[in-house]
Amino acid sequence: MNLEIIFFIVFGSVAAISSVLMITRNNAVIAALYLILNFASLAGLYLTLNAQFIAVAQVIVYAGAIMVLFLFVIMLLRPENEAKFLQSNPKVKVFAFVIAGFVFLQLMYIIFFSRPSNIITKNLDASIEAGTIESIGYILFKDYVLPFEAAGFLLLAATIGALILGKKKIN
Amino acid sequence: MTITIEYYLILSAFMFIVGIAGVLTRRNAIIVFMCIELMLNSANLTLVAFSSYLGSSVGQLFVFFVMTVAASEAAVGLAIIIAIFRNKLTVNIDDINILKW
Repeated sequence: MNLEIIFFIVFGSVAAISSVLMITRNNAVIAALYLILNFASLAGLYLTLNAQFIAVAQVIVYAGAIMVLFLFVIMLLRPENEAKFLQSNPKVKVFAFVIAGFVFLQLMYIIFFSRPSNIITKNLDASIEAGTIESIGYILFKDYVLPFEAAGFLLLAATIGALILGKKKIN
Repeated sequence: MTITIEYYLILSAFMFIVGIAGVLTRRNAIIVFMCIELMLNSANLTLVAFSSYLGSSVGQLFVFFVMTVAASEAAVGLAIIIAIFRNKLTVNIDDINILKW
């Protein structure tokens, strides 16, 4: 057992269990807290994959900014708790789980049929090199400048849209 | 035993279907939104896993863009939810059905 396996098992099981707990909680605040736990364990998984920059950005952007926004909206709206899971219209929910299981079977079929590990094996040096801020920044400002500018424009548009939607009366 | 890429893909697929089940079963609009974020994150995990195993930075760059889109989507979506709550005093998506035929 080397450290990578231990980290994968710990963070992966925390991510899986917290996602299941998230969709089964009645209270929205507790669901949001489980989602934060899920994001944090995903950041740990990114670190085991040698993606340092993405791990830091995950904690700052997702677990920090986005979830604070969610918790603020929950605090402002105070949504009533739902009925217990599977008590209100159980037929629809069983149907939803059938669909989800079907999608899962399809994905499993693709993964085990194509077996990507036969052709993709990890090269540790290249993997570490790919995750550094230096290489990501180099490729971002050299080959992907236009998408970068478009992303900035998208953020501007989203800010203006959120402001207008949040106004009480639009003149 | 080494961790091959399949382990990450299976974990990501599992998180994705949990997100699908959450979107289809939950009735609270905010929790539906959080499930969408969960699905985006599982796609991110796949991108990072492939990028790390292939030794290429482009996958992680796309995760960066997905985070940008997720942030703006969360801002606009939560503003829409607030606007709906102001008009109908509920965020239960069974009660918000004026566009339903």
